[in-house]
Amino acid sequence: MFSASALRLNIVDRPLAKGKSEVSLSAFAFLFSELVQYSQTRVSNIGELERRLEDVGRGVGLRLLETLCHRERGGKRDTRLLDVLKFVHTTLWKYLFGRQARDLEQSNAVDDEYMISDYDLFVTKYISVPKDLGTFTPAAFVAGVVKGVLDGAGFPARVSAHFVAVKGQAKPKTTILVKFEPSVLQRESRLPNT
Amino acid sequence: MPAIYALYVINKSGGLIFNKEFVTIASNSLNDTLRLASIWHSLHAIAVQLAPAPGCTGIELLRADTFDLHCFQTLTGTKFLVVAEPDTPDVEALLRETVYDLYADYVLKNPFYEVEMPIRCELFDQNLFNTIAAVHRRWGLVH
Repeated sequence: MFSASALRLNIVDRPLAKGKSEVSLSAFAFLFSELVQYSQTRVSNIGELERRLEDVGRGVGLRLLETLCHRERGGKRDTRLLDVLKFVHTTLWKYLFGRQARDLEQSNAVDDEYMISDYDLFVTKYISVPKDLGTFTPAAFVAGVVKGVLDGAGFPARVSAHFVAVKGQAKPKTTILVKFEPSVLQRESRLPNT
Repeated sequence: MPAIYALYVINKSGGLIFNKEFVTIASNSLNDTLRLASIWHSLHAIAVQLAPAPGCTGIELLRADTFDLHCFQTLTGTKFLVVAEPDTPDVEALLRETVYDLYADYVLKNPFYEVEMPIRCELFDQNLFNTIAAVHRRWGLVH
């Protein structure tokens, strides 16, 4: 119950709700399905469709960075590359999917590429991609969210989503590939190691 | 021995949009299946008109010597047909809950599926197969 004084407070003076709010998966799935269908009518190829989903996700990511820093980190935002990636892998993933991402790896070949992978993201849960759409993955939306978070935190990067078939697993895993811009790595190399 | 032979889905205009056989049925060509779908659709509609009981919603079960044909019509007019061994238990519940759920999840939530068109959704096929296989295993049938 609200006390009378709490009700009189202006909305901006009230404390931000901290509780875990859950959303109906069906409602989200239908909304996301409509989003994909809507985007599909406005594009001429798969690349454009993925970019549109990414753009939508980017807006979500920018806002989530602010919210999560405030709620989970007491207003602090990470400024080092690995910390930001861990923030995505742990805090962001827990908020979006209710658990940590399965893996966070650095690419063997180049040091500016990182991969975050997980199984069964809810955006891909109900969607069977037809054969003629080739490599399209609805997880482009999640890639957009990650991009939004990284951009907002000052780590501009190219982010893309891929389905990767795994030996011995019936379901493919979804990998989010993050490639940072050179400026990010230059800045990182100037900073002292902690 | 109880067994599920086949599942058909008929859209609201009587066209067959999905057919899957879980056990090989002798001499059942695609043409026969299409014919069965449209005949069933018409019979179903006629039965509603002819039924002496008020509030009849159509034929729910056809019993023959060698098979049972269960039909479940959704509120939007899509029909799910299951051909099963005579006296197979719980087919009603299987149709109403499990199969309808899978349809709602993996077909209707798929942005690449157009309503009333043939169902070509990999995840629907997979999950349907797994579900039926699990039911069959419970009855001691091996795929």
